[in-house]
Amino acid sequence: MIDIEGLYFNYDNEAVLKGLDLHIDARSTCAIIGPSGCGKTTLLYCLAGLLKPSGGRVLINGEEVKGIRRKTGVILQTNGLLPWKRAWGNTALGMKARGCDKAEIQKRVSDALKELDMLSHKDKFPAQLSGGQRQRVAIARTLVTEPDLLLLDEATAALDAITKEHLQNLLLRIYYQYPITMVLVTHNIEEAVFLGQSIVIMGEGRIRHRIENPCFGDKDIRSKPEFYSICAEVRKRLAEGGVL
Amino acid sequence: MKALLRLGSNRIIRGILLVLAAWYGLHFAVDSNIVPSPHNTLVALFKLVNSGLLLHMLYSLYRITAAVSIAILAGVPLGLWTGLSKRADSILSPVIYILYPVPKAAMLPVLMLLLGLGDLSKIMLIITIIVFQILIAVRDGVREIPGDLRMSVKSLGLSRGQTYIHLVLPAILPKLISALRTCVGISFSILFFAENFATSYGIGYFIMNSWTMVNYTDMFAGITALSLMGIVLFLLIDKAEHKLCPWVFLNESKQVTGY
Ligand SMILES: Nc1ncnc2c1ncn2[C@@H]1O[C@H](COP(=O)(O)OP(=O)(O)O)[C@@H](O)[C@H]1O
Ligand SMILES: [Mg+2]
Repeated sequence: MIDIEGLYFNYDNEAVLKGLDLHIDARSTCAIIGPSGCGKTTLLYCLAGLLKPSGGRVLINGEEVKGIRRKTGVILQTNGLLPWKRAWGNTALGMKARGCDKAEIQKRVSDALKELDMLSHKDKFPAQLSGGQRQRVAIARTLVTEPDLLLLDEATAALDAITKEHLQNLLLRIYYQYPITMVLVTHNIEEAVFLGQSIVIMGEGRIRHRIENPCFGDKDIRSKPEFYSICAEVRKRLAEGGVL
Repeated sequence: MKALLRLGSNRIIRGILLVLAAWYGLHFAVDSNIVPSPHNTLVALFKLVNSGLLLHMLYSLYRITAAVSIAILAGVPLGLWTGLSKRADSILSPVIYILYPVPKAAMLPVLMLLLGLGDLSKIMLIITIIVFQILIAVRDGVREIPGDLRMSVKSLGLSRGQTYIHLVLPAILPKLISALRTCVGISFSILFFAENFATSYGIGYFIMNSWTMVNYTDMFAGITALSLMGIVLFLLIDKAEHKLCPWVFLNESKQVTGY
């Protein structure tokens, strides 16, 4: 369960988050959608404990976030992987930070890479992987740390349309397979409707609107009419917010 | 890998042949003993190696290795500090920019007065020149680490020490090795200058001494020995780079497979 209460964030003198309130249920997914520069990444960094809010607070399971939380996993659009580590080394990084013993790292990293169909690529550097493969390594890297909260910042934005849908399907499967809450930031309406149990529309540092998504959870929803009607609603709300 | 090495050595052999051809050309064009022929020079080189040239080379090598090692030991921490701390940057960077272009070679007399006529002043002179190269390379390497890479590493909960080991040091390593290459090149030219004062050992001394004795064949043998030292050092640095930074060479053999 995540509670964001009156969250403010300023970069130097520029206010980016301006009193943002949001509640996200445990074991749900929330898609945050909004235009570039509205503060989505900043919000996610505050949730992750990577940035300290200028005002207000973030509570996860009733506990205020003050710095990095062991059970929060973060996946970014690009550059999340260390270029000098192979897929294996990148996946093991979070476990090393937690001081896990060798045998356990060996087992969990190998399981996670297998789960994400990346075991045969374990010895490749990020530069030798495709965009989709890189993101799957990034997902494996957070899964091995057994998170209860997964934060994704435009995780599919750099991918081509087909790889994007593959990765979205994969994320939905992961959501059902692991006991996690998922918060994803996107500027892609279809992605928000496919992956968001709640869809939150953000504009200028505040939440503008919230839609509970009846389509959520159906992996074949993209070709059904309801999907388009929800997309249309999101579009309408974005337009109302002066955002589209 | 083997094929790559063979290609590399082939390229070197090709380079050597080209240089030799140009040398022969010059030798015949000048047509005087000022430019001895390559074969005479090589014969002289082999004779000299057995009679003391090796010692001169070892002296020079010692001075360069000492200077480069100390410059790394001083430059890397200073570079890390300037790159990571805004305060250190605001203090050190202006000093660097003022001192960097000062012609340090002109300071050799001062260094000799302060540190004596021995190796210390020569090594120090090289250090004062190359330490800036290293410091700036490391500082820029740290600065160029992308913000989201820092964030994602931070989000994994790495400690300060782990962040150095897994993020900062690998990020600066390729730049440091490039700087090392430049430093070795610079060191040789400084050494050649410095070894003409208050020493009777070193390849720089040997070359100038042969010149004053009007022994051009020995002089060229010395120059050849100096070049060979340079080539060996560069090859060693290349090898270290391939070993330590394999990810830098991926573009050449980039193989992307589909999703
Ligand atoms: N490091 C920073 N320093 C100053 N301003 C920043 C910084 N990062 C982001 N901003 C500003 O904050 C605003 C929100 O940025 P961001 O959270 O990245 O938006 P989004 O992810 O929605 O595109 C933008 O106007 C951006 O210019
Ligand atoms: Mg963003």
